[in-house]
Amino acid sequence: MSKLLEVENLWVKFPTRNGVFDAVRGVSFSLGQERLGIVGESGSGKSMTGRAILRLIRPPGMIEADKMELEGVDLLGRSEREMRKVRGQQISMIMQDPKFSLNPVMRVGAQISEAYRLHAKVSKKEAKRKAIAMLEAVAIRDPERVYRMFPHEVSGGMGQRIMIAMMLIPDPKIMIADEPTSALDVSVQMQVLEIMDKLVKDRGMGLIFISHDLNLVSSFCDRVLIMYAGRVVETLPADKLHEAQHPYTRGLLNSLPRLDAPKERLDVLQRDPAWATEESVSG
Amino acid sequence: MSGIEIEGLNVWFGEYEERVDAVKNAKLSVPKGGSFGLVGESGSGKSTILRAIMGLAPTWSGKIDILGKPVETPRSRDFYRAVQMVFQDPYASLHPRHSVDQVLSETLSLHGFKDIDTRISKLLDDVGLGPSFRFRYPHQLSGGQRQRVAIARALAPEPQILLLDEPTSALDVSVQAEILNLLTDLRAEHKLTYLMVSHDLAVVGHICHDIAVMQLGEIVETLGVEDMRAMRTEHPYTKHLLESSLQSAAR
Repeated sequence: MSKLLEVENLWVKFPTRNGVFDAVRGVSFSLGQERLGIVGESGSGKSMTGRAILRLIRPPGMIEADKMELEGVDLLGRSEREMRKVRGQQISMIMQDPKFSLNPVMRVGAQISEAYRLHAKVSKKEAKRKAIAMLEAVAIRDPERVYRMFPHEVSGGMGQRIMIAMMLIPDPKIMIADEPTSALDVSVQMQVLEIMDKLVKDRGMGLIFISHDLNLVSSFCDRVLIMYAGRVVETLPADKLHEAQHPYTRGLLNSLPRLDAPKERLDVLQRDPAWATEESVSG
Repeated sequence: MSGIEIEGLNVWFGEYEERVDAVKNAKLSVPKGGSFGLVGESGSGKSTILRAIMGLAPTWSGKIDILGKPVETPRSRDFYRAVQMVFQDPYASLHPRHSVDQVLSETLSLHGFKDIDTRISKLLDDVGLGPSFRFRYPHQLSGGQRQRVAIARALAPEPQILLLDEPTSALDVSVQAEILNLLTDLRAEHKLTYLMVSHDLAVVGHICHDIAVMQLGEIVETLGVEDMRAMRTEHPYTKHLLESSLQSAAR
């Protein structure tokens, strides 16, 4: 399998009044044409890892890595101008809440065709045709009507599908999805995930799926990295998640209430300070 | 005796052509000391039922009986002593410039308690926060600790009924387990009645004995937790909800 993305010893640092805070500490992984899940609690550095790949960490935050390459080409040394060509066109990112990611005063269709026209030199008419086809691909009924709608007129699930359409239209090689479904209802969640899954598979893209939901990740991804305090504590094939060895992963799994296995009290995660200092596992 | 008895409850917003019926002809009954869950997707009206009980929904009709007595409008002080609510987002429901001590002492003095000092230590103890948290501000607390403070505030007037509006949806799973355990313990200790709203069927199944499923403002089915676990449902929407939540949990 060819490697789309290779990351070695990635650090994200924020200088503060009390010294430097390391949000991500020595994370290494590689991504092929697969679905890679990154799981962890809030503050574990999972979103920071995703943003660091696109170099979306604002100063004074700093990104350091031994290696960060997209198909063998270095990402770290590029200028801001060159990075802008990477973002969207080669690596795109879907954020958590469509409400905050769509421009509220611009029609949905105009936003999608703008995304396309930024990366491909085509006429407006052609862009519109492509945008409508894309809306159809994310299972939106009546795409002509939705094309003319404003973001406040669409539901959360539809908004997220519009985001997916917008992110996929320049045909990127890698998609980073940062909690794409946590703002959505359970019943809509599955639908959005299925659409994303199908499109990623059809186009042979690499997907990085960031989530706090262990079960969701294990049912949706091929491989899972489990992060704790800025490090990767364990990496597993997703279908083997329930055979996880690390006490942190086990603790997380056991703390979930389950419909099929009721119990009086839930297990509470006992944190071991050693987890934060262990060497990061590479995946 | 019944804790909460609701019949023919309608809640709407707006008038005439702008009228939106958020809850339509809802009926539910929670025995004293029982725990009842409301599930459904966002916009199905589950939180609106809680808000109607608390007097936070201005326009409603129907019958709401609390501890055997119909509620008064506006709600009396005795009502708020008996019924308290814990809100969804502990980041938004605590005053950012009030310390934990201020939050709790204000509630206690409003309800006319005299021994405020000892009560605050007792309340913090009850929710598993030590005395060291007493003079902290919300920004100095984690999400789970904030929700504990919100629960302590709700427990301050010694209520008999707690309304829980998605109490763990803003928290991590490991913290969620702590809060759910705390809620289980408190209910046993203080003989509380719970009415809980959640979109997470596993959470509701863990805390509640009876569950009502809501869709588009209507309660489509009420069933016991055992029936829910065994998938003994009649309504197709309940089945759909159960399937989608088991789907993500099974694998």
